[in-house]
Amino acid sequence: MTQDLLYTIASIALFGIGLFGLIVVRHIIRKILAINMMGVSVFMLLVASASNVDGAADPVLHAMVLTGIVVAIAGTALSLFLASKIHSLGQASDSDGR
Amino acid sequence: MFQTAEFQENNHANEIPVVGRILCAIAIGALSLGLIVVLMFTDNSSSMLPSLVQDKLTQSGVDNPVTAVLLNFRSYDTLLEIGVLLIVAVAMLPGVPVGSVVNRDMPGGNRPSGRLVSIVPNAQVNPVLEAILRWLVPMIIVMAGYMLWTGASLPGGAFQSGALLAGAGVLVQLSGRIQFCFTSTMAKLLLTIGLITFVIVAVGVAAITGVILQYPVTLASPLILVIEGAATLSIAAILLLLYNSLATQTFEMSPEPSALNEEPSALNEEPSASNEEPSASNEEPSALDEEPSALDEEPSALDEEPSALGK
Repeated sequence: MTQDLLYTIASIALFGIGLFGLIVVRHIIRKILAINMMGVSVFMLLVASASNVDGAADPVLHAMVLTGIVVAIAGTALSLFLASKIHSLGQASDSDGR
Repeated sequence: MFQTAEFQENNHANEIPVVGRILCAIAIGALSLGLIVVLMFTDNSSSMLPSLVQDKLTQSGVDNPVTAVLLNFRSYDTLLEIGVLLIVAVAMLPGVPVGSVVNRDMPGGNRPSGRLVSIVPNAQVNPVLEAILRWLVPMIIVMAGYMLWTGASLPGGAFQSGALLAGAGVLVQLSGRIQFCFTSTMAKLLLTIGLITFVIVAVGVAAITGVILQYPVTLASPLILVIEGAATLSIAAILLLLYNSLATQTFEMSPEPSALNEEPSALNEEPSASNEEPSASNEEPSALDEEPSALDEEPSALDEEPSALGK
C-alpha cells in the first residue's frame, strides 16, 4: 500500500510539473515535452492503481496504458511534425518581406 | 498563452511575468495536493474487472490477461488505436506538403513510388556501426518474432514486437546504406495491413457470432495471432515512418531572435536577419528535393544540414 501511495504521489507531482511547464514555458517543443510528461504521469498513476493488495495486477488498466503509450507516441510525432511545419511556414512568410 | 508559436530558446520578450508564474505554481500545487488527498482516500481494490477477466480468460484464446483484454475483451480500443496510428501516418507521409494540393502530373513533385527498400550504392558507412548492425538486426527480428509469439501467454504482443522491428529499421536507416521509400505500393500495403486485417476479422466474425469483434471461442486463438501479426507489421512500418518524417524535417534554431518577434532592438538587425533567412529557407526545399532524385546523394545532403545551420 505504501509503495502504491508513493507512485501515486510521484505521478501527481509529475503531472503538476508538466502542467506548470505547459502553461509557463513558451518554447513549443518544451510545451510538447510538457504534454508528454503529463501523459506519462497518467500512465504511472494507472499502473500504480492497477496493483492490487491480493494477487495479480488489474489487466484492464495495463492494457489501457499500453494503448495509451502508442497513441501518445503518435500524438507526439504528429505535434512535432506540425511544429516543424509551422516553423518552416513562419520562415517562409519572414522571407516574403513580412 | 495562445499566441504565435515560439521557437526561440532564450527569448524573454513575451514570457509570463514572475507574479503569474508564482500564481500558476500555487494553483497547480493546490490542485496536486487535492488530487493526492482524493486519491489517498479512494478505494480502488473493489473493482470487478480483474476477477471478470480471470473468469473469462479461458474463453479468450490466450493465457496472458493483458493480451486477452487488448485483443479480445476490449478489442475496439486496439482497433481504433491502429486507426489513430494510421491517420497520423497518413498525415506525415513524405512528399505531401501541408496545405497544398498534390500535383500528380509532375513526376518530380512527389517522391518516386518505387521500391520500399533501396540500397544506396556508395554510401559512407561507419564500419563499426555496420559490423554491429549485421549482428543486431537479425537478432532484433528474431526477438520481435518471439515477442509476438510469447504475447499469448506472457507479457509481449504486437506493440512490443512492432516497436522492436521499428527500432531495427531506424538502426538500418541510420547506417545510411539502406533507404526506405514510404510512398511505394509495398509501404502502403504494410502501413494499412494491420487495420485492414483487423476490420476484415471484425466483420467476418460478425457473420458467425452475430456481433462485431466477438470471436467464436474455438477460433479465438488463431484469429488473435493473425491480427497481431498484421498489426505488428503495420505498427513497425508506421513507427518507422514517423521517425523518417521527423528526421527529414529541418529544424533550424537560430540563436538570435528573428524578425517574427518584432522587438525594438531586433529592428536594427532585421535586414541582416532577413538576408540570412531566405538563403536558409531556399536551401531547405532543395536539400529535400535532392533526396528522391539522386539516392546516392542522400548522405551528402544530410551532411549539408549542419553547414546550413552554421550559416
